[in-house]
Amino acid sequence: MHFPSLNAIIEGLLFVSDGPMSLDRLTELLPDYERASVRLAVQELRDDYEQRGSGVHLVEVAGGWQLRTVPELMPYLSRMVKGRPARFSQSALETLAIVAYRQPITRQEIEYLRGVDTGAVLKTLLEKRLVKILGKKDIPGRPIIYGTTREFLEVFNLKDLKGLPTLREIQSLDEVPIFEVQEELPLGGEQRGES
Amino acid sequence: MPQAAETSPTSLFEGAEQGYSIKLDAFEGPLDLLLHLIRKNEVDIYDIPIALITRQYLDYLKLMKELNLDLAGDFLVMASTLLQIKSRMLLPLPDPEEGEGEEQEDPRAELVRRLIEYQRYRDAGLELGARELLGREVFVRPCADGCCLEGFAGDDGPFELDLFELSEAFNRLLAKIPMARAHEVAGQDTLSIVDAINEILTRLDGQDSMEFESLFQEDMSKERMIVTFLALLELCRIKLVKVIQNSRYGTIYIFPSVPVTDDNGVVDALPFT
Repeated sequence: MHFPSLNAIIEGLLFVSDGPMSLDRLTELLPDYERASVRLAVQELRDDYEQRGSGVHLVEVAGGWQLRTVPELMPYLSRMVKGRPARFSQSALETLAIVAYRQPITRQEIEYLRGVDTGAVLKTLLEKRLVKILGKKDIPGRPIIYGTTREFLEVFNLKDLKGLPTLREIQSLDEVPIFEVQEELPLGGEQRGES
Repeated sequence: MPQAAETSPTSLFEGAEQGYSIKLDAFEGPLDLLLHLIRKNEVDIYDIPIALITRQYLDYLKLMKELNLDLAGDFLVMASTLLQIKSRMLLPLPDPEEGEGEEQEDPRAELVRRLIEYQRYRDAGLELGARELLGREVFVRPCADGCCLEGFAGDDGPFELDLFELSEAFNRLLAKIPMARAHEVAGQDTLSIVDAINEILTRLDGQDSMEFESLFQEDMSKERMIVTFLALLELCRIKLVKVIQNSRYGTIYIFPSVPVTDDNGVVDALPFT
């Protein structure tokens, strides 16, 4: 057999790796190659999969590269997967979104935003390792602060937290920013400027 | 085909044209309910008609109470907040001299801020949930079962549906029947509940679960649909099946709760046959 190309070596490494593999890790495993050529090889590999219309593609997720099936295969692959498809309840998603965008955040802050008790949801998210305890906040009571995990990025197909969808402003109800309108209300600050 | 999760809260007070409709929906919390009311009334969120919204909100709480549902404390807290805002809006403006230096704010401002903030995260959550998730749409080699999502079924799910949710789902199906057929006189196609029970169990045999909607075919008569639904209720009552949803508004699944058939797919001893 001919000498394997760097692309093939990296493909093999990614194939056997059980998690996303970072460029750092690849470079470490391939001391004979320059970091730049490793990076180039990964990109070539990604394009290869892309052009070939393969059932597997190379995705940058949670700070590394990972071979994943393409979403279009879902209906076929889910037949093979045991059990029911994973689902997230609205409350789990809301809570997760709040933690993701506002971390580090305390439970009390989450509950203020959601208007409901969030203990049970947080507990499940912790158990599923989508959320973790970051530490304790240095305020009276020393409440626990929460943040998202690497698994969160993996599950939600995110390169990093910056890859989160941008928070949209409230839509379809009104475009006017809140305070502009509030000032015009009869209860507004008309009394000021009298002294 | 990928199934888009059904997400939006629906149908509180809607569908009133049908006398039998269950006017109930589950909301994730008081803010969720308020947003729904604001949308339903098509009012400006920055200028909420507080009396109207408060009345509808209290109506909803009353409905929950009448139906003996767990009235969570969070909903009551919001009710009192609404009433407080309402009463503050009825008060005359404070004396300018006394209120000096203090910012006079619309009593609703804080609530509006919370609603908007809440909606942003709710939408962001829905957007997250619609992504291609590992273990759902996308898989990796070492863990085809979805290592990270394994067993994840939501914070409080999988939960068994209560009667209202099931009725609502059934009503949605009934509503799909064309009017012309709704008045059909029962033909030869009669089906007893026991037959329907056996039919459901036969179809469930050898399967982990089936979707609630697949119980009902498009060409079924209304009578047949109702009999099938009653059969399902009966199966729930005698605990031969479980009706489960992984998330609110999600797909409803029917699970056999115990192995009820022998190898030939024959039901042994239904309690009332």
